[in-house]
Amino acid sequence: MEQFAPLIRSKDMRPIRYLVVDDSVFARKNLARMIESFGGQLAGEAGDGCTAIAEYGRTQPDVVLMDITMPQMEGIEAAERIVRQSPEARIVMVSSVGYQENIIAALQKGARHFVQKPVKPEVLYEVIKYVLGDEATVGAVPAGVSQ
Amino acid sequence: MKMDLIQPFINATDAVLAETLQCTTSIGTVSMEQEAYCLHGVAALIVVQGDIEGRIIFDLEPEAAKAVTQRLAGGNDSAATPEMVREAICELANQVIGNAVTVLNDQGFHFKVHPPEIHTASHGGASSEDTEALVMCFDTSSGMIFMNIAMRYNHRRKHDSVMVG
Repeated sequence: MEQFAPLIRSKDMRPIRYLVVDDSVFARKNLARMIESFGGQLAGEAGDGCTAIAEYGRTQPDVVLMDITMPQMEGIEAAERIVRQSPEARIVMVSSVGYQENIIAALQKGARHFVQKPVKPEVLYEVIKYVLGDEATVGAVPAGVSQ
Repeated sequence: MKMDLIQPFINATDAVLAETLQCTTSIGTVSMEQEAYCLHGVAALIVVQGDIEGRIIFDLEPEAAKAVTQRLAGGNDSAATPEMVREAICELANQVIGNAVTVLNDQGFHFKVHPPEIHTASHGGASSEDTEALVMCFDTSSGMIFMNIAMRYNHRRKHDSVMVG
């Protein structure tokens, strides 16, 4: 997989931490590979919305990559609950179902952006940069900082 | 079965395979089937309900399924465990259907797509007169991928929504 210039946190120059939420193990592994190519760190994983809420509280990630169609609780509802508790949460919806109603609903509930599957790494990289704004910078991860 | 109904699924399959497998695809054999469907290998089944109803099966011969999984996993040979192969084919089906549904929804059709399930029965159910199945073969660099699609308009539901609306 193509390697990208590492995206790191501006405040402490440490890797950006991600929570990946998708009911497909395969999709989670693929997103984890992309995160690694961005110089990021996988803070946690969840296979449904309920687990995502718990994992968000436990891991306090910088970015959440959230699928929409999942068992038990769908991604849009999970995003809404996370944002209600943590308005600063940066959630990017990642779904194959990209019709306007879904996108608008997700953004209205607090998601910051939407990426349609299949995910192009270069698109996701740019979206994460955009969503993090000044909180991320492009640079090398200092030696000694584990990823 | 109306061609305009299944065209979004064909387009989505073509686009998703080209993007995920990073190869050009061509459509091989196309046939209409009313007989029970015989699986080629690893298959994912997705059921659609709403203004349009039916089901789609993505079916790959075992070697093709393994090759697709490795390709989707970035060329990682060790990724193609039986469980991961099933997961990969379900995710591929999910992406194709999601993209097709996006187009149909923006055309005004509303429906629910159920999560993909691994289809293990060696013989699928026979098609009925109004859900005759179209079977298409996509030739990719990873092998043949079969799409078996049986769809129909749900006229009653559409009629009801018109009456209500």
